[in-house]
Amino acid sequence: MIEFVIDKLSDGIGVIRPVGRLNMVSAPQLNSAVAGLIDEGTVRLVVDLSGTDFIDSSGLGALISGLKKTRQSGGDLRLASPTAQITAVLELTSLNKVLRPASSVAEAY
Amino acid sequence: MGLETAAPASGRVGVLRRQAVTRAAALVTAVLGLNYIIWRWFASVNWDAWWIAAPLVLAETYSLVDSLLFGLTVWRYKERPAPADPERGSTVDVFITTYNEPLELVLRTARAAKAIDYPHQTWILDDGNRPDVRAAAESEGIGWISRSEDWSGMPRHAKAGNLNNALLATDGEFILVLDADQVPDRRILDRTLGYFRDDAVALVQTPQVFVNVPEADPLGSQAPLFYGPIQQGKDGWNAAFFCGSNAVIRREALMQLGVTRYVTETEVALHKALRTAGRVIAKARRNLGPDQARLAGALEDLAADVAQVKHELRRGESIGEVTYRFQERVAAVSRGLVSADMAALHAELASIEGLAEAAGVDGGSSLAAVDDAALDRLSQRDWSPLGAIETVRVLIGSVNADRGAEAQAVMPMATISVTEDMATCMRLHGLGWRTVYHHEQLADGLAPEDLQSALTQRLRWAQGTMQVFFRENPLVQKGLSMAQRLMYLATMWSYLSGFAAVVYLAAPVIYLTLGILPVRSLSTEFFVRLVPFLLVNQLMFYVVGRGVRTWRGQQYSLALFPTWIRAVTSAFGNVVFGRSLDFAVTPKTLQAGGGRPWHLVKPQLAAMAVLVFAVLAGAARLLAGAGDLLGTAVNVVWVAFDLLIFSVIIHAVRYPGFAAWSQSKKARSKPKEGTL
Repeated sequence: MIEFVIDKLSDGIGVIRPVGRLNMVSAPQLNSAVAGLIDEGTVRLVVDLSGTDFIDSSGLGALISGLKKTRQSGGDLRLASPTAQITAVLELTSLNKVLRPASSVAEAY
Repeated sequence: MGLETAAPASGRVGVLRRQAVTRAAALVTAVLGLNYIIWRWFASVNWDAWWIAAPLVLAETYSLVDSLLFGLTVWRYKERPAPADPERGSTVDVFITTYNEPLELVLRTARAAKAIDYPHQTWILDDGNRPDVRAAAESEGIGWISRSEDWSGMPRHAKAGNLNNALLATDGEFILVLDADQVPDRRILDRTLGYFRDDAVALVQTPQVFVNVPEADPLGSQAPLFYGPIQQGKDGWNAAFFCGSNAVIRREALMQLGVTRYVTETEVALHKALRTAGRVIAKARRNLGPDQARLAGALEDLAADVAQVKHELRRGESIGEVTYRFQERVAAVSRGLVSADMAALHAELASIEGLAEAAGVDGGSSLAAVDDAALDRLSQRDWSPLGAIETVRVLIGSVNADRGAEAQAVMPMATISVTEDMATCMRLHGLGWRTVYHHEQLADGLAPEDLQSALTQRLRWAQGTMQVFFRENPLVQKGLSMAQRLMYLATMWSYLSGFAAVVYLAAPVIYLTLGILPVRSLSTEFFVRLVPFLLVNQLMFYVVGRGVRTWRGQQYSLALFPTWIRAVTSAFGNVVFGRSLDFAVTPKTLQAGGGRPWHLVKPQLAAMAVLVFAVLAGAARLLAGAGDLLGTAVNVVWVAFDLLIFSVIIHAVRYPGFAAWSQSKKARSKPKEGTL
């Protein structure tokens, strides 16, 4: 099971924290979470991966979709605190060339 | 059709024996073929008549390479044993792709799909966005998907786009793709999912067999050689092709492909933009009028921003952050421009209001009220003064990470070709995934029933294949084994046959009418080298085909020469010059309209007329004492063979469609029953 914890920092940055497995089943929920924040006017986002045990290519696809959506609204999407498995997948797909995770949410922007 | 799943009763020994015979035939064909073609090039070309001699020896070389690639394909011919049972509990989405097919056709397939044994969710992917299809699907408890809002105003990419849209709207581990005219067997998933117990398997393809085709197959719809020895041979080299329908795909493999392609495409677009940025900006500056100093300044700022991007990328920063900062700087520049323009506008309006007030009209301050939100909107990319210069707008859009010119950032199905299946499959192989060809008919297909539709379909396949050939040539793709490269090349190579066909038609005509021989002499050596090769080559087809009808395919590979040539030239024009392919969706029901479609085969009819005329001319020359008996005889046989090949065109034009054919067959057989 997965849970999305959503938080807003004082400087207007939105934080999404997927807790559990970010895979083909839960990826659409991440898209909804991103869309919800954008609708509220929060377009600078951080996805905090510290509680995400596992990510598959559909999960990565949802991160990319989120990046596209935020960019089109004049914002950005960044990653923070990946687990070892996520770091490995980001390297395997070369996605780290585009989305390079920060070591903590505070350092994302 | 003689489709079998496992090795027949003779078992493993039978498989090995067939393999030994196949390899022996392939080897002997190769040796005899090389023996012939080397002699042809070095000892027999009549260079005095180079204008026909050179094309002929090239055409013969083409055919030999085709034969060698076929031999290589069947060398590792793989007869798979019965598949393992699927794991329980896998999730599967069944996709039925449709654009404009009739509702009844779509529903027939959808109902059969819903009845598939293995637990799954069925979806109609309705690219026509039709209310009646939607209503029917909902009333039967079948899912209905059409394009999301993201696609409005974006390139739609036909079937590939339809599938990519649905991939993001569903979540099954496996996807069965069905064309609207492929009615699935209820066992289709139970017979294919077992292969995915191997984690490296991305795709399982099953044959496409058509049930609305007479035994004689006048339109050449069945492809028993392809959905048989060729796919089984490619399978042996881990190069079984994805053919767009009747295939099961692992979602993870597709999505991984989508993610890696996103990174590649983003990088390629970015570096192309950075390479051309200097030129684009300089050109935009030259085209500015003398009164556009501010815009010129903004272009200068842009050039500096681009330089900054290059600098940051060289420092190893991520594309995401670098392009974000670039977009922020460009937005600031645009905002500066817009606010300067607004300030000028304000000043002008103020003076007008002053005039209006002087004239006693209530002008009001609303005219000048341009708030910050409007300013933001006006400075966004497409509306900003920088964006007004198209080339600059594209440049700015490319220095981003959002693939702004596409509906979705992640496009798992390849969109570089109208045959998305081949391109996608090649990329999957490039990533190291395995594919499987499962040789068992698990769907009943409907083939086009009239010549026009059949020709359109063949043209589309050939065009798509050649688009891949020109855009992502298998010989230079990373991650493919040499055998995989050659397996893709083999299929592409076969679509070049139209050019060879023209030469094979022209050579005997030239001899019979003008007496010009493209070879130095029709010596004994010529026949000794050629005839055994031709015989063994046919024997190889016979051994490999094991009774399937390969003659129709051979006929069409020559008889449709105008289609093949047009496919190659239009695909080249499309890839190199960006011209349209004149793409048409294949109609799945009989095209209305009376009369036989002779107009579709004018080139073939003209060729046949010329061939017949050439025979008469050859006979006349012989009677007049100008011709050589042996030469004339050989060329008349050659012409007869060409005419036999082309006879398929006559049958195709006269074919009335399956229903009418079945009716007339019944009518013909009734009197016979009466006499019994």
